[in-house]
Amino acid sequence: MFDDMSALALARFQFAFTVSFHFIFPAFSIGLASYLAVLEGLWLKTGRDVYLQLFHYWLKIFAIAFGMGVVSGIVMAYQFGSNWSAFSDKAGPVIGPLMAYEVLSAFFLESGFLGVMLFGLDRVGKKLHFMATCLVAIGTTISAFWIIVVNSWMQTPQGYAIASNGQFYATDWLQVVFNPSMPYRLAHTLLGAYLTTALVVGAVGAWHLLKDRKLGRAAQPATKIMFAMAMGMVAVTAPLQVLAGHEHGVNTLQHQPAKIAAMEGHYESHDRAAPLILFGIPDDAAQVMHYKLEVPALGSLVLQHDIEAATTGLDKVAPENRAKVAFPFYAFRVMVGLGVLMLLLGGWAALNAWRGRLFDGVWQQRLALAMGPAGFVAVLAGWITTETGRQPFTIFGLLRTAESASPLAAPAVAASLIAFIIVYFFVFGVGTWFIIKLMGNEPNPEDKGPGKEQTVDVGSLPPDALFGFQLAE
Amino acid sequence: MAPDPVLTLVWAGIIGLAIFIYVITDGFDLGIGILFPVMAPGAERETAIATIKPVWDANQTWLVLGGGGVFAAFPLAYAILMPAVYAPLIAMLLGLIFRGVAFKYRARTSRIWLWDFAFFAGSTLAAFAQGVILGAVLQGVKVSGRSYAGGWWDWLSPFSLLTGASVVAAYALLGACWLIWRTEGAVQDHAYRMAWRGGAASIAAIAAVSLATPFLSHDYFSRWFEAPGLYFSAPVPILLAITGLMFIRALRRRAEVAPFLLAELLFLLTFVGLGISIFPWAVPGQVTIWQAATAANAQRFMLVGVGLLLPVILGYTAYGYWLFRGKVGAEGYA
Repeated sequence: MFDDMSALALARFQFAFTVSFHFIFPAFSIGLASYLAVLEGLWLKTGRDVYLQLFHYWLKIFAIAFGMGVVSGIVMAYQFGSNWSAFSDKAGPVIGPLMAYEVLSAFFLESGFLGVMLFGLDRVGKKLHFMATCLVAIGTTISAFWIIVVNSWMQTPQGYAIASNGQFYATDWLQVVFNPSMPYRLAHTLLGAYLTTALVVGAVGAWHLLKDRKLGRAAQPATKIMFAMAMGMVAVTAPLQVLAGHEHGVNTLQHQPAKIAAMEGHYESHDRAAPLILFGIPDDAAQVMHYKLEVPALGSLVLQHDIEAATTGLDKVAPENRAKVAFPFYAFRVMVGLGVLMLLLGGWAALNAWRGRLFDGVWQQRLALAMGPAGFVAVLAGWITTETGRQPFTIFGLLRTAESASPLAAPAVAASLIAFIIVYFFVFGVGTWFIIKLMGNEPNPEDKGPGKEQTVDVGSLPPDALFGFQLAE
Repeated sequence: MAPDPVLTLVWAGIIGLAIFIYVITDGFDLGIGILFPVMAPGAERETAIATIKPVWDANQTWLVLGGGGVFAAFPLAYAILMPAVYAPLIAMLLGLIFRGVAFKYRARTSRIWLWDFAFFAGSTLAAFAQGVILGAVLQGVKVSGRSYAGGWWDWLSPFSLLTGASVVAAYALLGACWLIWRTEGAVQDHAYRMAWRGGAASIAAIAAVSLATPFLSHDYFSRWFEAPGLYFSAPVPILLAITGLMFIRALRRRAEVAPFLLAELLFLLTFVGLGISIFPWAVPGQVTIWQAATAANAQRFMLVGVGLLLPVILGYTAYGYWLFRGKVGAEGYA
């Protein structure tokens, strides 16, 4: 299957595969860490056990998700060098320090206090434990900050110069860190993480509400609280996300017009009143959009708020600098479509809550259940949009993807790619299965969290579990 | 923009420190994984896992600082070496994936044997691959211009296999000594027996690698066997021998903490020995640390972060160890 692929194509596929798999976990754990901090804070403030119960319920899930994020993240840290060594050499003096800051200010904080968070409640007392939970949550957010700084600098580079040996170096670190797209991308990413988590928590709450109704029993207080909190979060963050996404788009138009042209499917430039293409089938070879469904003049209005505004199409971009339209075009529509559904879900929940029947709205709960994975899909679609839309460059306009790769033979990359695919689907498939199993459990008032529960009960294991794996000494 | 010669030395020291802390902390975590098959399922394995469960993740983070640090401070060395050790590097990453998730998964499944095997195999593969990477770097890589110029099997040699096996043995020793310190009763008794074997294997491995390294290149040879290099290098084998003897004595009198500390001292001495062999090369024989170093303003920018954050990191890492101190039973920290 890889015979006709070059080492470069394989390396790109491997990076896309490993980073997509990786980002699923932080997209969830960034929001979940903050949610856990809120739950523990509420428990300390109100003294109500139901919050502690919810904390323990989600902590077990967090532990698995976070663990998968860590191990898949180490792969990313080394893959820059292993597969993109030319990029690492050239961009190292600018982005290397930013990533070092991520390790120093975020990774150590998270891993250092995770042990306390998972196993330390009895050892350190409530207040210190709460502090550990908050530090883990802050760590995940700081981590997002630095990696977004790196990505954004690669999209909208500034504050650099190029040395005679071809290396980029910083001329102004503040300009590098606060590059033009960073604040927008950071807001959009963090809101996406919160929304993803809220949708997952909401779906779990909806599942148990629907199940309780079907079995004719009263819903647990913990179930109601998680569902209400999640729907409230969706109702607030979904509109904010639409706003942040719009601002991000305006920013991209300003700094990466070629990407916007690809996202919007505009092969042609318009002097005024550009249409908004809702759907179509892009054809890069002919540079036309087939079967397009478009709203006249809306394109100029949406991003430039002016019907007279001119728009740049791909015809104004040199052919060798054009992205393949299909990826950003379709992925962007998936993301926006899911965003609209999230808006609908939040609005519907708010309406039901206002009418005092949030826990009785069966169809609203069914939608919440169906939307459980929507955040992950939207987040990945968003990243596919922005990453394929800036091709054929790694550092936008400055360093080509083809000039970034390592001097590796195709069989080496093909072998590692196959290994990653097999291992990731197996390992993260199993982990996801454990998470789904945990989510299927009703919140239990007796729950004492991972610190008390992760010790294997040897007596209850079947005999072959005990002796199935042991080499004789 | 040229690097600052003094800051380059500082950065070589910082990365050396990060890699050293990684080796002596995650070394015992991985060592426990390597020893897992000879530990009895049930109480012994649960105890061993419980001793490292709260700290292994933080230990592993030093590997990210080590690798990320090379990228940040010596990007040219990172760009040359990572493709050169591609296969063992990927193997290490996959090994660490299995090791890392096994901690969580083995508590959630009835197929505990499967994830115990993954814990063992992942730990052993990661340790072996780290040793192979060390050997591959020591024996030198082909460079052309600013990039790696060799093939994707160049790393494989009798020497790199020897260093791979040596790291497995040495990590197993650390794991056994950690268990001596942190457990009691039957688990500790077994740990003493494992420490004897691990100690014998490690000392043999250190001797073999020490004897083989000088013959890899004339440069290494002259540092170890000819003046003036000899004056710096001669104390290392002498101190190693003394430490080895003290280690044997400590095991004989069933000391509890001393074997671990002496095993770590063995690591420190071999680390110093490696430093003597390599310095000042970032890629042996090809690129010096000053040629590989990043721009001076990047060195300074990062040094601010290290100066502010490293003491804090060391502080809360120490706090974490202090919090989870004392002997551990199968039910975890009391």
